[in-house]
Amino acid sequence: MGQLVWRRFRRHKMAIFGAVTLILLFIYSIGGALIFPESYANFADTPLRLTAPNLQHPFGTDTIGRDVLARTIYGGQISLMIGMLAVLIEVVLGILVGALAGYYGGIVDSILMRITEAMLNIPEIFLLIVMAKFFGGEIPEVDLFGRTFSGSVIVIVLIIGLTSWMYLARIVRAQFLSLKENDFVLAARATGTSNFEIIFRHILPNSIAPIIVSATLGVANAILAEAYISFLGLGVQPPTATWGNMLDGANNYLESAPWLWFFPGLLILLTVLSINFLGDGLRDALDPHSRAA
Amino acid sequence: MTVLQSSHSQDQQILVQVSNMKKHFSISKGLIIERKVGSVKAVDGVSFLIQRGETLGLVGESGCGKTTVGRTLLGLYPATEGEIYIDNHNVRQARRDEMLTIRRKAQMIFQDPYASLNPRWTVNSIISEPLRVHKIFTSNKEKSERVQELLNLVSLSPRLVNRFPHEFSGGQRQRIGIARALASNPAFIVCDEPISALDVSIQAQVVNLLEDLQDQFNLTYLFIAHDLSMVRHICDRVAVMYLGVIVESAERNELYENPLHPYTQALLSAVPIPDPKKGRARSRIVLTGDVPSPINPPSGCRFHPRCPIAKDHCSIDVPEWRQITDDHWVACHEV
Repeated sequence: MGQLVWRRFRRHKMAIFGAVTLILLFIYSIGGALIFPESYANFADTPLRLTAPNLQHPFGTDTIGRDVLARTIYGGQISLMIGMLAVLIEVVLGILVGALAGYYGGIVDSILMRITEAMLNIPEIFLLIVMAKFFGGEIPEVDLFGRTFSGSVIVIVLIIGLTSWMYLARIVRAQFLSLKENDFVLAARATGTSNFEIIFRHILPNSIAPIIVSATLGVANAILAEAYISFLGLGVQPPTATWGNMLDGANNYLESAPWLWFFPGLLILLTVLSINFLGDGLRDALDPHSRAA
Repeated sequence: MTVLQSSHSQDQQILVQVSNMKKHFSISKGLIIERKVGSVKAVDGVSFLIQRGETLGLVGESGCGKTTVGRTLLGLYPATEGEIYIDNHNVRQARRDEMLTIRRKAQMIFQDPYASLNPRWTVNSIISEPLRVHKIFTSNKEKSERVQELLNLVSLSPRLVNRFPHEFSGGQRQRIGIARALASNPAFIVCDEPISALDVSIQAQVVNLLEDLQDQFNLTYLFIAHDLSMVRHICDRVAVMYLGVIVESAERNELYENPLHPYTQALLSAVPIPDPKKGRARSRIVLTGDVPSPINPPSGCRFHPRCPIAKDHCSIDVPEWRQITDDHWVACHEV
């Protein structure tokens, strides 16, 4: 099983490119932190504001004189972390809603799916902005992994997670609807296995492939969503850097200081592109119907 | 249809007692507000008794409700009506704990050995699932010893415990299914067409295995099948189903040699005979038309639209379930 998946994945050139690029991006944002301390990334050397890239500041400096290179490194950590944590919430919620709706059917299904559809009908950006405004007030700073984050990071993770589970829930529900008709589910019921075990030990492992694919692509969407709200100034609050909030204000310097948007923009582009390639590769590799090995 | 011999309900010899069991699947229409527009009467009043250690065969053509009988009997589908007792436990009113006891005593073997084993589980997890659910052994060592023992019982090598179902052939998978059914030491097993998905060469092996296990553990079987010669081989008594009801039931040889109901006669005349001379000599009763829809079954005797000997009153009166000889029951006006 695992070998076959790996063989099919390896054939997918773009997916390999995506995986390698993602690893490099992780090395960049985690390894870079060993070279520059966080205080350097947040240090505003005001006289040097808007310096073009040079040897001292390879990516230039921003509007208040902070080093863009160091900020993309620390911003990368936050952006990637927001992406993964938000997807964690998305996956937990999506599996829970989809599994219960698909397995129990009937009224449970009707109620959960109407809620899901209602959530899908609200434009996502609108929902993100409203929730960011509503929850984004004064949130104390939090210490995590030995770093101090603006509390808005947690808020953003929750907001993105809570607004993105609907598609996954629908995928999981569809999987459960078809898998629960299998004889092995009936056999488990005849054995006396509890519904909880049937859902999580029998059916869920059989629907893991589409969940992995959807979660992978979800990371890209979460990073983009973070960039939207941070670009609008509602997301992660400075001085904590993210790729998204580094773009905030860069639109005023489109031509005079292109390095302000070029480097964070390029990193977002690379990340999202790589994740999408990786997701496509996983979809093909995990799909039992594609026998091209 | 009346109860067979209800006075025997307290008899220790009787393991399974079903009276007037019905299972209707409702059909609903409407996207937002669902309303019931009818029901598929898959099983519509079935009664039978199974004694300890005996094998009752349940035969009938596809779609007559055989499988539904087996599943409703074990409580896997909630029954619409009727009474079901397994080893003096009331299946329809059992609460959680009692239901677990019933699950331990009554097991099932499935038709499709490809769909009935979870493709993501190893043989070991599949067979030890009943042990885990019923907390039969506490230590992992005892559990794995029991799994080895079960694999030996069904003639599979205990070395295969960590394999996945897709690594086995159909016959081997069916053996894994049988080992799972045996794991909790049940008294009663519903065999839902356990051999119809297998090669003819493998069928005999599996049937012999089922017979050996029956002798060894004094098992009671409800053997659902449509292969009449196999049923004659393995069963002690046979019940014939048509469109959700039992039309005739008798001791095996009595039924095969002296079928009374016209439907049973038609079914038996379709059994291939290995001797071509005899085969050509006998007359084959060919039924016209298809099985009517169980949504709207025919009035009176359900078989009357296809029956070669139907009279006028057959379409009006429901035939009584009558005792002809000691253990030969039939539901037909013309017998």
